[in-house]
Amino acid sequence: MADLRNNFVGIKSPNPFWLASAPPTDKAYNVERAFKAGWGGVVWKTLGEAGPPIVNVNGPRYGALYGADRRLLGFNNIELITDRDLQTNLREIKQVKMNWPDRAMIVSIMVPCDEESWKAILPVVEETGADGIELNFGCPHGMSERGMGAAVGQVPEYIEMVVRWCKQYSRMPVITKLTPNVTDIRKPARAAKAGGTDAVSLINTINSIISVDLDNFSPQPSIDGRGSHGGYCGPAAKPIALHMVAEIARDAETYGMPISGIGGVTTWRDAAEFMALGAGNVQVCTAAMTYGFKIVEEMISGLSNWMDEKGHATLDDFAGRAVRNVSDWQYLNLNYIAKARIDQDLCISCGRCHIVCEDTSHQAIMKEKDGKRHFEVLDNECVGCNLCVSVCPVEDCITMEQLAPGSIDERTGRIVTGDYANWTTHPNNPMAKPVAEPAE
Amino acid sequence: MAEGLFKEGVAAGRLAPSQYADNFSDLHPPLIRHEALVEADRCYFCYDAPCLNACPTSIDIPLFIREISTGNPLGAAETIFEQNILGGMCARVCPTEQLCEEACVRMEAEGKPVKIGLLQRYATDIAMEEEKQFFTRAPETGKQVAVVGAGPAGLAAAHRLAMHGHTVTILDAREKAGGLNEYGIASYKSTNDFAQAEVDYVTAIGGITIRTGQILGEHFSLADLTRDHDAVFLGLGLGGVNALRAEGEAAEGVENAVDFIAELRQATDLASLPIGRRVVVIGGGMTAIDAAVQAKLLGADEVTIAYRRGKENMNASEFEQDLAASKGVNIRHWMAPVRVISENGKVIGIELEHTTLVDGSLKGTGDRALVAADQVFKAIGQTLATDGEGLILAGGKIEVDAEGKTSMAKVWAGGDCATGGDDLTVTAVAEGRDAAESIHRMLMS
Ligand SMILES: Cc1cc2nc3c(=O)[nH]c(=O)nc-3n(C[C@H](O)[C@H](O)[C@H](O)COP(=O)(O)OP(=O)(O)OC[C@H]3O[C@@H](n4cnc5c(N)ncnc54)[C@H](O)[C@@H]3O)c2cc1C
Ligand SMILES: Cc1cc2nc3c(=O)[nH]c(=O)nc-3n(C[C@H](O)[C@H](O)[C@H](O)COP(=O)(O)O)c2cc1C
Ligand code: SF4
Ligand code: SF4
Ligand code: SF4
Repeated sequence: MADLRNNFVGIKSPNPFWLASAPPTDKAYNVERAFKAGWGGVVWKTLGEAGPPIVNVNGPRYGALYGADRRLLGFNNIELITDRDLQTNLREIKQVKMNWPDRAMIVSIMVPCDEESWKAILPVVEETGADGIELNFGCPHGMSERGMGAAVGQVPEYIEMVVRWCKQYSRMPVITKLTPNVTDIRKPARAAKAGGTDAVSLINTINSIISVDLDNFSPQPSIDGRGSHGGYCGPAAKPIALHMVAEIARDAETYGMPISGIGGVTTWRDAAEFMALGAGNVQVCTAAMTYGFKIVEEMISGLSNWMDEKGHATLDDFAGRAVRNVSDWQYLNLNYIAKARIDQDLCISCGRCHIVCEDTSHQAIMKEKDGKRHFEVLDNECVGCNLCVSVCPVEDCITMEQLAPGSIDERTGRIVTGDYANWTTHPNNPMAKPVAEPAE
Repeated sequence: MAEGLFKEGVAAGRLAPSQYADNFSDLHPPLIRHEALVEADRCYFCYDAPCLNACPTSIDIPLFIREISTGNPLGAAETIFEQNILGGMCARVCPTEQLCEEACVRMEAEGKPVKIGLLQRYATDIAMEEEKQFFTRAPETGKQVAVVGAGPAGLAAAHRLAMHGHTVTILDAREKAGGLNEYGIASYKSTNDFAQAEVDYVTAIGGITIRTGQILGEHFSLADLTRDHDAVFLGLGLGGVNALRAEGEAAEGVENAVDFIAELRQATDLASLPIGRRVVVIGGGMTAIDAAVQAKLLGADEVTIAYRRGKENMNASEFEQDLAASKGVNIRHWMAPVRVISENGKVIGIELEHTTLVDGSLKGTGDRALVAADQVFKAIGQTLATDGEGLILAGGKIEVDAEGKTSMAKVWAGGDCATGGDDLTVTAVAEGRDAAESIHRMLMS
């Protein structure tokens, strides 16, 4: 059996599945249930400063994007940080940590962007016995209007400053949670590193309007006829999160900095992908809010079986393995040539590959042969774009097959060389160099 | 259990009142909104969709299903009605397992087609309940067209002709319009008087007058019609019934299955309808199945279908055969009727002979069996009821070309009475519609 134990910046948990700071981790009741269900750790719902707690809207705060059969693909919220009293939260955190010493207990914090506020909150959090803190620089709505959350996360200098305070006034490991609502995620990550953070976690939610009510023309969720932008997350956000994690993992300045991967993690496979791209563990919110805590059982058994099958004894055996394969476009091998192949035994003749290639791509799939309905790729037209694979309803029915070196690409009439050649030396590149730059 | 169940002979009221309602309710209950959305999501929106090509009226199935899935059922209904104005009835009665659903690629993928029929019903029901009309008439052309027969063929033709601005008079022999939709289709396929609601929906376009109780060959002739109208469409169906050619056929209790069904369809109180304790149905088509199943549902204790050929030769689809079996009907293949046995003029049984194929033709083996029966229903095929009124016939049907033109100028025909096509509601609609287009082209040229 694969060993799923996780050590993230010195914080140990029995598995790499943590619950992200959000409603599932808002109070002792939920977190106790989560630990019972098997979650490795939690990041407690973000705490604010002492005093009267923030308030939430009293109408709907969530909205959803659906796929077939109302399967939730994207999720949107206009909820703020915890609306419970600071002392109550601290008392509960302490108690739960005592009850579950083997689980990771991280406390998420968001207070105004001044030294005094941070200096005040850090010791009281430390006193709970929590394993670490996460700085919420991500919340994109409400809190950002008050100069917190994403408002800090979008200014690298502020990030660096706050992280420095935290390292100065606390002994706890610091995880800096980043907002995706920036143009270049490497900037805030570098700033966090400069400030001395132990790790970053990302992504927080993406600015979004999930839908519009076409009866009253209010954005949804609608509060008395009005809507505010919210934060977007869930399966549909995963590709954005994966990219951002990879950018930090392969950036020369932040290379090697621990990353907690967040954004759309729903299955063990999602978790494995995040970790392959450089995350040390993952955090989950929407999937738990969609299906309840039990999903962690599938995540644990799925990851473990996959690791056994592939011979990965520990998480470290595969963590970061995909990072070196993330490349700039200019280094991709232009001599790698693939063609779509349709498995006629699997094909159910829906014709979708044909119509998408015909209407929107390269007219490379025939629709009939010998007067019969039949779908087959024309190698002399196929550019290997993968559109047909993307739309075929049957798994593995269309595959992309590499042309072997020595064979002829019927589209160009040229022999496949098998040599590596990229854009940097391509004759059509006005800035071409005489010798190909290798991908590092 | 009601006491009537084992009453000997032919008797009414075999079941408890509530059982009748249960037995004759919708065979396939309609989809509710959620079910329709889930089902619509299963459609792949195929290119040059096989289902569409398998539909005799060529309804754009992928498009209407996509319209349902996006919360646009009225758009879906319009897509359906554009091709098939009787899309509501077809959704209920089409043997989809032999048509669109058999062709559905999901059948190939996992043996479970998209439920096209039920989705079609979902969309058309909404439009009809809202009394939403999608088509308006072109300006009056002043042309007069007579349509004989208010069945699916006649109604489809009339609607298309009215839409093109012509004035249509439908003449039908029976008391009510609808043809077999009203008098033939099994009750559990068309509940709540749907056939009449559909006649109203179709004629609401305007420009159509229906005159019932008007019999061609009795009250008027084809020559009268061609004289008084610019064109004539015949959608007469098949009114006659083949003879059994078995000894003793005249005995009381030997009936035409179609008459039994018509009576059942018109009954206001099913409990008042007498049915035998033991019923034998002779035949292998949809009519045989419907008569047998409905006999069973009325409380007949033993119902047997005797068909002279094998299972694979039956005109009734496999689904229909399974339906009959599931209701407790015993289907006996390779058995032909020889003699009806009666006592005091009343049928008490039927003698059947086993059959076999000898050099491709059907022969009796000499091996015989007696089956007790209080009622024998003949369901061995219908025939054209008229003498043809001077039209050229082929194989007992009015001969028509691909557009529905008959041998006589100004006269078109379609549906069961005409050559070509399967004898189905949906083919009758397609033929009526296409003949109307042909008539329209002729009238406007
Ligand atoms: C018992 C039974 C069950 C069936 N079940 C199904 C089913 O489940 N699904 C399916 O698709 N098909 C079914 N069919 C077949 C289907 O009903 C017919 O194919 C379809 O109704 C044919 O339509 P039509 O318009 O050609 O003829 P009909 O529906 O027969 O209509 C003909 C009309 O013409 C009128 N008429 C006839 N002679 C004259 C005359 N001389 N003068 C004036 N009017 C006249 C009749 O009164 C009738 O109204 C069934 C048929 C039967 C008998
Ligand atoms: C309702 C809701 C409330 C959230 N509140 C917080 C919060 O208080 N603090 C925080 O750091 N992130 C918060 N998040 C963001 C999540 O922790 C997480 O970063 C994001 O949802 C992406 O992960 P997911 O795709 O697994 O949901 C919230 C998310 C949701 C859906
Ligand atoms: S890979 Fe692209 S070009 Fe080739 S057949 Fe598929 S869709 Fe067409
Ligand atoms: S999309 Fe797939 S299943 Fe459909 S026709 Fe193409 S290869 Fe066949
Ligand atoms: S064949 Fe099936 S999946 Fe394809 S369009 Fe028709 S109903 Fe949809």
